[in-house]
This record gives sequence, C-alpha cells and structure tokens, in this order.
Amino acid sequence: MTANTAEFGHAKTTVGDRRQQIYRPDANPASFPPQPSLQSGEDVSPPRLDGHASAASHGKGLAISLQGVTNSFGRRDILKGIDLEIPAGQFVAIVGRSGGGKSTLLRLLTGLDSPSSGRIAIAGQEVDGLQSAVCLLFQEARLLPWQRVLSNVGIARGPDWRETALAALRDVGLADRAQDWPAVLSGGQRQRVALARALVNHPGVLLLDEPFGALDALTRIEMHQLLTQIWQQHRFTPILITHDVHEAITLADRVLVLRDGGIVFDEMVSQKRPRALEDMELAHLERQVLRAV
Amino acid sequence: MMSRIRFNESVHRQPKSRWSAYRAARHRLSGADRGEARHTGTAQAGRLRQPRRRCLEQWAQIRPAVDGLLPWLLPVLLVMVWEIAARSGLLSARVLPAPSAVALAGWTGLRDGSLAHHVAISTLRAFYGLLIGGSLGFVLGLVTGTLPLAERLLDSSMQMLRTIPHLAIIPLVILWFGIGEEAKIFLVAIGVLFPIYLNTFHGIRTVDATLVEMAQVYGLSGRALYWRVLLPGALPSILVGLRYALGIMWLTLIVAETISASSGLGYMTMNAREFLQTDIVLLGILAYALLGKLADLATRWLERKALSWHPAYQFSRSSKTAEVPA
Repeated sequence: MTANTAEFGHAKTTVGDRRQQIYRPDANPASFPPQPSLQSGEDVSPPRLDGHASAASHGKGLAISLQGVTNSFGRRDILKGIDLEIPAGQFVAIVGRSGGGKSTLLRLLTGLDSPSSGRIAIAGQEVDGLQSAVCLLFQEARLLPWQRVLSNVGIARGPDWRETALAALRDVGLADRAQDWPAVLSGGQRQRVALARALVNHPGVLLLDEPFGALDALTRIEMHQLLTQIWQQHRFTPILITHDVHEAITLADRVLVLRDGGIVFDEMVSQKRPRALEDMELAHLERQVLRAV
Repeated sequence: MMSRIRFNESVHRQPKSRWSAYRAARHRLSGADRGEARHTGTAQAGRLRQPRRRCLEQWAQIRPAVDGLLPWLLPVLLVMVWEIAARSGLLSARVLPAPSAVALAGWTGLRDGSLAHHVAISTLRAFYGLLIGGSLGFVLGLVTGTLPLAERLLDSSMQMLRTIPHLAIIPLVILWFGIGEEAKIFLVAIGVLFPIYLNTFHGIRTVDATLVEMAQVYGLSGRALYWRVLLPGALPSILVGLRYALGIMWLTLIVAETISASSGLGYMTMNAREFLQTDIVLLGILAYALLGKLADLATRWLERKALSWHPAYQFSRSSKTAEVPA
C-alpha cells in the first residue's frame, strides 16, 4: 500500500484509474480526472503568456492518503480511524456540523497537530511537522495589518518575491491594491489577498477552512468563481471545509460528510461547471448530503 | 390637466421669482392693512438681512483662526495679569517675579551659554539613562514574552521589584555611587526600565495568536517571525511604554539633580534658590516643561511613523486611499 501511494505524486493517469478502482467504480468516468478547463469557457488555458508568468503555474496537485487516522483530546476521540484517499487535483469538500472534527482534520493535514494514531501521507511522504507544499486558507484572512498588501502576499520572502506576489495579486484581480494597508480593504478583498498569499507558495494542496463563511452572499459567489478559475489554472488539490452544503456541491468534485469523527458519506459530483442551481441531480444530492449531516 | 399646463407656463415665464411670487401670494391672501404692515416689515428685514449675511460670511472666514487662537486665550490672559500684578507690587519678586523678568533671565542665560550648558548636561543624563534602562527593559520584556522558561524565572521577581518606588533607593544609590554622574544615570535607568519592560512583555504576549499561527503555516520561524510578526505586533504597546518612561525619566532626573549635582538644570534651580533668584528657578521649571514637551512630541512623531498601518493613525491617509476604486 505504501509503495502504491508513493506513485500518486507523479503519475496522474494512474492516480485517476486507481481512484476509480478504490472508490466508486460506477462513477461517470468522463468527469474524472477533472478537466474543467474544457468544460467552462473561461480564459483558463493557455495560462498567461505575458511577461509575468502566472504566480504558481508550475504548482502541481499532490495526492493525499489517510490510513486509520485517529485523534483524541484527552479521553474524547475527535477523529475515529479515518481512511481516505484523495487523488491529485481532486476538489474535495468536507461537510459537517461544527464540532464534527473538520478543523481537527485540517490541522492534521497542515501538520500543525499530529494524529494520536494512524498515518497521513501527502504525495507518498508522511506528514511530520509543517508542510511547505500545503497551504491553509483560514476562516478569517489573517493578514498582517502592519504590512502592505504586497508584503503580505510575499510573506515567505522567497526569491523575487515582489514579482511573484504581484503576479499572484494579478491572478486574484487586486494588483492595483498592492500598496494599500489591509485595513482599508473589504472582507472579500482581504480573503482574495489571502488566496494570493497561498498561491505564491505554489501549493500542492490548498486547505480551505470555511474561508467564505463570513462573506456576504454576492461576494461569496464571486469568490467561488475565482477559486474555481484559479484551481483550474494552478491544478493544486483543494480541500474545502464548509458547513454550507450548497457551497460544497457547487464547487467540489467529491463531497464527504464528516460526522462524529467518521466519514459517513462520500459521493462524486459529476455535473459540469459552472453548475446550475436548479439542476435536479444536484438538488437530489444536496438532499442526500443534508440527510447525512 | 389644463391647470397643470397653465401652472407650468407661469413657472416658465417667471423662473427666477418663485420667492417673490410666494410673497405676493401671501400678500394677496392677507388683508390690505395687515398686508401693508407686513410689507413694511419685510422691507425692513430685507434691509437688515444684507449686512447680516455679509457679517456671517466674514465670520466663516475668520472662524478657523479664532478657533486656533482660543486655547491660547487663557494662558495669555494669565501671563498678562501676572505681569501687571508683579509690576504693581501686588506680587513680590521673591514670591513670583514678572514674566518679563523670567524672559530676561532666559535671555541672559542664553547669551552667556550657561542655560545651554545645563540643558545639554541634563539631556545627556536623561538620554543615557533611557538608553541603558530602556534597552534592558526591552530585552528582558522580549525574552520573558517569548520564552516560557524565562517568564517563570524572571517575571515574578520583576513584578516584585517594580512595586518599589525607585526614588526610595536614592540613599542607597548615593552610598553606592557617591554623587557622580553614575548615580543620576542609574536612577533614571531604574525608573524607565519597568514601564518599558512591562509594556514590551505585555505587547509580545498580546500579539494575535492567529497571526502567529498563520505565519508559521507560511513557513516563518525564528528571526523572520520575530521581525515581521511579533515585534510589529507588540510595537503599539512598546511605544506606550516609551511615552510613559519619558515622563518618569524627567521626573527622576529632576529629583536626582536637585539632591546632588554640580551641573544640570536641577543644579541650576537649586543654586538659584540659595541666592533667592526666583526668576532663574522659574526658568529652570519652564525648561523642564519644554524638554518634557519635546520628548512627548518626539514619541508622537515616532508613533505616527511606526504605526502608520494602524487604523487609529490613518486619519490623514484614509481620505486618500478611500478614493481608490474598489
């Protein structure tokens, strides 16, 4: 098993095939591996050819594998033996009530905490401490108020960080606000800056911890579109934690429900993007998920 | 419909005189004699209105200047009363010499260089004391704020020492250092150490933990974490400590110089007291006030520079940035 998971990072096609063997042999094969750039008419491919190459165009999705992951605080088990395989590039949404272990799972994947038992591997490598390939988008933007937007995006200060940060800001449509203080931005703009900050690191895995929860409905829809577009451009593996079932179904390839520390629901979403709200199948799926939650 | 058209026509014909039309209508409605009385009344009011409006306009022009001068009114008045009282002999020169006498003493002091000499010596002492005590407090605050072990080791002792009024150790300081420069610098250093220590410690501790976590997720650690997250986050609190320390610095220095010194502002005033030169004593007090104010201005400037990101310091900036299209 460990030998197999090691392949995930490199060979995408095998990953896709394996995923179908493991998970849902009856799933619609056309929907996977995800090729949304062919489905939606947006200016996604080819990537920008102007002087500044897109911030993380060489970022590549990484596969994630969890085996028997258990985490407990004191006597209480927050996660109870979770087994999960996420192939590279798959958009996974994890839905659940608060206190269901979603955020704990995310902290484990980030390497902020380590599991009580079990094994987490990203691209075949066991997670031990903070992972540079994993970026986390928090519930709040968490921008440093004493640094301007550009310095916030380039917080890691890699080589040529100004150019990379500016390119990432351009990707989220905020290049003209590079020299502003975060305090003068709106909530949606701050979350976009946070997204740009994550992109600079060329994440293989992007964890999103209810990042749109605090936004108003219109801004949230804009953020959904932006996230989809950026994911199609950069091809990382997004894992979205949310309590909004609708959001999960609109965005993800695959919806998981986490309840009482275990995965109780695991379904592919094969509809084309952008997804229509009134789609019957989606509505049916939404009902199913709500029942599972 | 017809009436509306007619009304519109009338409006079009006489576009400028809506007000006079209104007045005419009222005039027509009211009785003839009443109307006459009203007519003379309004004519009078019209005559009054013109100069009154001009007056208001003039007032609007000079109002900012008057507003600016208003805070100075009371001090100027006070000085004038004081001057008159001193000249008329109501106030004896031994109790309170006239402001002009103080100004004259200041001028002589400036001309022979003695005032500048004393001010320079005092400022230097204050500066050295602040530098030594301040940096010690700052480093201690950083260490205890960051390392739990250091906090357990040091903080309770510091809190204990903090409660001792630092002026209470003057006899001990004189025994240790005599009455040389070291004694004064030591006292100032002890005085400023604690406010800076406490505020640095508090500042580091209250840096938003979510920001620290974010920085760690994005790969910041060690020195980068210190310089880019912890220190800027603690800066507002540290600067509060600095302002507080500056007040204590001058206070300590005055006391120390008054007790034992052969130069400096405190020495100048105490020396003047021996010779009953009340004007020089007042001059010394004024010089202290001025130095304190200068130090405060310097910290305010530093705050504006260092905390320009802070919403509380963005009054002038926000109007500019608000114009940038969102």
